[in-house]
Amino acid sequence: MSGTVVVSGLSVASPNGLGTQDYWSATTAGRSGIGPVSRFDASSYPAGLAGEVPGFVAEDHLPGRLLPQTDRMTRLALVVADWALADAGVRTQETPAYDMGVATASSSGGFEFGQNELRALWSKGSQYVSAYQSFAWFYAVNTGQISIRNGMKGPGSVVVSDQAGGLDAVAQARRQVRKGIPMVLTGGIDASLCPWGWVAQMSAGRLSTTRDPARAYLPFDAAAHGHVPGEGGALLVVEDEEAAHRRGARSLGEIAGYGSTFDPAPDSGRPPTLRTAIEIALRDAGITADDVDAVFADGAGLPDLDRAEALALTEVFGAGGVPVSVPKTMTGRLHSGAAPLDLAGALLAMRDGVIPPTVNVSPSPGLALDLVCETRPARLGTVLVLARGHHGFNSAMVLRAPRTRQGDR
Amino acid sequence: MTQRHFTFDDLRIILREAAGLEDDVLGDDALDAAFEDLGLESLALLETGSRIEREYGITLDDSSLTGSKTPRALLEIVNGELATAAA
Repeated sequence: MSGTVVVSGLSVASPNGLGTQDYWSATTAGRSGIGPVSRFDASSYPAGLAGEVPGFVAEDHLPGRLLPQTDRMTRLALVVADWALADAGVRTQETPAYDMGVATASSSGGFEFGQNELRALWSKGSQYVSAYQSFAWFYAVNTGQISIRNGMKGPGSVVVSDQAGGLDAVAQARRQVRKGIPMVLTGGIDASLCPWGWVAQMSAGRLSTTRDPARAYLPFDAAAHGHVPGEGGALLVVEDEEAAHRRGARSLGEIAGYGSTFDPAPDSGRPPTLRTAIEIALRDAGITADDVDAVFADGAGLPDLDRAEALALTEVFGAGGVPVSVPKTMTGRLHSGAAPLDLAGALLAMRDGVIPPTVNVSPSPGLALDLVCETRPARLGTVLVLARGHHGFNSAMVLRAPRTRQGDR
Repeated sequence: MTQRHFTFDDLRIILREAAGLEDDVLGDDALDAAFEDLGLESLALLETGSRIEREYGITLDDSSLTGSKTPRALLEIVNGELATAAA
């Protein structure tokens, strides 16, 4: 075992494209998937825009048996898991069951499923509540269903730390691989675009109420005033580099470094700790700030949080010291699915030598960031991905391009 | 009160809704197939029982429900309850 953990396959369900190819061509073209909510009537709510995954028909991909027992987020996760495993060339039926683990992130669980069952409970009575409510809403359900469907009986876990969880789960997968599990499927797919999920998100006070898709979510812009929520995410197959090499799999890149911190209480007078998370991740990767070729930022889209993130970045990299992008401006914030989607985007960006853009944003000059607002060609050997979760979670992950590919350049 | 009779066709409809079983596994030979072989795990059986209870206004004992191994055995349990309810 090398201790080096690589990504050998991935797939995505993104508001600007279902599947890697659609997502990536839209993302490099700066095409947004944000639009009016169509999954329910949001006309009477203050917020009305979302990033919805287009063209997903669960019946086309999954056996009927799974439909009565799954929320939309689980259906998306099961299909994306199939695609990610295929992308990695993993044949689960021919692989020892205990050699394959699953570690996903979740932030809300199956809200739409849960809402329907709660509605049945209060309007008709307990006899009308589906027996599947016992697990279909649950945070760990994507991990469990992926494990059952693919016979992956190695360690299974779920991490719940809001948006930061998307990186924390991948870090957990790396830990399992380093402990000797040859392969772990990881990442996160979230979906809670239903009235219950909507109200829950509104209560956090961070949703943009603008109805113009081009003006609603503007991280690092002087006009930042909230974010657009979305659904989807990405799943990655991670494995030990030598093991991947032995079975003839290619590497898309290495999970080279990871750091996570939790902020002090807001009234403590102590500063937030995103900077520390970045420094831990760089140290873990054995690199310095100079080695980082691009940052995929968290991009909260609220003035205070944007300022805090910009400050952490300029403290570590210097003013304008590294290209920064927020491809989330094309998808909205996908909760636990956001950071895995950024990891997928960063791996593809390294492959193709291009930084995807932050759309619709005029960077606030006071923040001193080199914000990438048009797709930018760049040699990318190392990319840093950041994710913050509500109430103080900060995580940072360093990806390194595959060695052979670096050598090619 | 006339006694309702619960047929395999009635059960087929409920199995499609409750457990998403598809028509190709619900042929006539499925009557004596093990639920397990039909792809019905214990929770799906509970959901099936719950729908039968709702539609037929009866109460099924959970342990006899999960103890039934085939559609034929389940039909007998349900029709037994329907007979009791009608008596």
